[in-house]
Amino acid sequence: MSEINLKEPLLQVQNLVQHFPISRSFTVKAVNGVSFYIRPGETYGLVGESGSGKTTIGRSVIRLYNPTGGQMLFQGQDITGKLDGKTREMLRKDMQMIFQDPMASLNPRKKVEDIIGEGLEIHHIGASKQERQALIGDMLKKVGLSPEHAARYPHQFSGGQRQRVGIARALIMNPKLIIADECISALDVSIQAQVVNLMKDIQEETHCAYLFIAHDLSMVKYISDRIGVLHLGYMVESGTKEEIFSNPVHPYTKSLLSAIPHPNPEVEKRRKAITYDYASSGLDYAAGTEHNVGGTHTVLGTDEDIRRWQKQ
Amino acid sequence: MSEAKVVGNPSANKKILDIKNLDISFQTNAGVIHAIRGVNLDLCKGETVAIVGESGSGKSVTMKAVMGLLDSNATVNSGEILYTYTDEKGQEATVDLLKLPKKQLRQNFNGQRIAMVFQDPMTSLDPTMTIGKQIMESMFLHLQMDKEAAKARALELLELVGIPDAEKRFKNYPHQLSGGMRQRVVIAIALSANPDILICDEPTTALDVTIQARILELIMEIQQKMGLSVVYITHDLGVVAKVADYVDVMYAGKIVEVGNVNEIFFEPKHPYTWGLLSAMPDLETDDDRLYSIPGSPPNLLREPKGDAFAARNQFALAIDEKAEPPLFQISPTHWAATWLLHPDAPKVEMPPELVARLARARKEAEKYL
Repeated sequence: MSEINLKEPLLQVQNLVQHFPISRSFTVKAVNGVSFYIRPGETYGLVGESGSGKTTIGRSVIRLYNPTGGQMLFQGQDITGKLDGKTREMLRKDMQMIFQDPMASLNPRKKVEDIIGEGLEIHHIGASKQERQALIGDMLKKVGLSPEHAARYPHQFSGGQRQRVGIARALIMNPKLIIADECISALDVSIQAQVVNLMKDIQEETHCAYLFIAHDLSMVKYISDRIGVLHLGYMVESGTKEEIFSNPVHPYTKSLLSAIPHPNPEVEKRRKAITYDYASSGLDYAAGTEHNVGGTHTVLGTDEDIRRWQKQ
Repeated sequence: MSEAKVVGNPSANKKILDIKNLDISFQTNAGVIHAIRGVNLDLCKGETVAIVGESGSGKSVTMKAVMGLLDSNATVNSGEILYTYTDEKGQEATVDLLKLPKKQLRQNFNGQRIAMVFQDPMTSLDPTMTIGKQIMESMFLHLQMDKEAAKARALELLELVGIPDAEKRFKNYPHQLSGGMRQRVVIAIALSANPDILICDEPTTALDVTIQARILELIMEIQQKMGLSVVYITHDLGVVAKVADYVDVMYAGKIVEVGNVNEIFFEPKHPYTWGLLSAMPDLETDDDRLYSIPGSPPNLLREPKGDAFAARNQFALAIDEKAEPPLFQISPTHWAATWLLHPDAPKVEMPPELVARLARARKEAEKYL
């Protein structure tokens, strides 16, 4: 189980559909047929504005939601429908999540060691309490905290330290895939850099893959190998970061890239973001199909759209 | 270079907010936290000042003091916050906001003359009230408008902040709107009583880039239309670059560097500012590791000895351990509190990555000059 073929995707998502029925006549169509894959040890960045479905995808993949349609394969096993005990255990161990708000995602009434150790206890990892504590101590050191911190409560930490606790909780299960849902957005710039460096170091050491969900494009570009751009529940463009950033094709991607703030006052004061409005753009995402425009670069659109965009 | 007691932004415009030597501490179970240690800050009419710093540096506390929103365990040890305005009779008046009774502050200043936009639009709106009602609330209170006039103005404001279908949205509850729309509503509420000063506490942190750009452009547009003075509290240097005229960099309850926006971005002098600028990747960053300022901000439970930043500063000098650096003047608008600027200090170059980065930024900027 430990050595899987590196060519084989770790996670394969095919046509994922996630709808939330609100009432008899109204359904929120959060995700409408999104496909992507993540190879072992790589970082896949999902970007898009709020309401584009990026968090929903993360939550569907880790099965906090029951997908409406489509298929998801994780380590070759179907994790879409009703899970049997074994698959569930595999999923819960090998896929972990780091949440956005470290204060809201840590139980304020539990000590850090109990928060980090909860998974160990549930999955009966570590024979004794001492062994588990040793594991927790090692993990705390790995994320840059000291083992003495184990007996503290979340409120006794700063924001960056709390996020480290969140990372430690995800890592202690030795996951193959970590879903990082806006995990640095709530942190300060200097702390963001620390956490991103930590995530990179951990990836080098454990070869885990990340599904990195964020709206900060410069950070996504920095950390990701490949990027998927979401809008209104559709994957409008996907490719390696070079493909996306040097040759954006879809107008939404272009507007998104143009909105990245530059830490440069002369540029920034004059820059006007390209506006993109789906309603007035005359596009119909549902009619579009995925087109390969070279390499791994795919764009959603009708044949005619793609031709027009590529000419520009 | 000379030492200075008072820092000011020399500007043709009239000063409307003048914070002098503000010093605030908090009583907590763990002891006294000395959160603000002598802050001087000016805001002139029609200008934008951005306060940059990590969480815990005291940027929000400073502005909360202006709004009179300090928690009950806070003590103002010294300082004054002078606010200059035109009163009802059309005369110019200056008050010290710290000395005003709470009641008067709430009735005549908060919301009416000085308004604030908070970070999280979900927690700053009342979930049980329609947004229309929330926008009209301050008009009833401060402008004594009747219902029709207030509604007409509320609809106007909703349109001003770019909410389509204002009439329909008027009856919506906050949960029916998206994050960006909610923040627009919060801005509409802040603008509803025609304030002089708008304080934005991380107004776009909870929003994503496309919306962020639109909200910032919106605030800038309104600022020009209404002659507002705006204070931004933020840790996002991209936001600062876009909106600010002047930048105050705060660290551990003190302003460590102040200058106009070009000086801070192209000729930063304080090592902390260097760190902040380096830590933010731009699109060309492809280094293996991001630069991060080592360590974490000091715990202000213990009064820092010497320069509070010394422990995290790779350029720290021996004197940093002993004495706190004063503000050294670099240009008429640019000041920094670091011993590196002392005439006797050894010459220190900023990190090479940052030099390259600034050169890149300057080149990019030249295209526009």
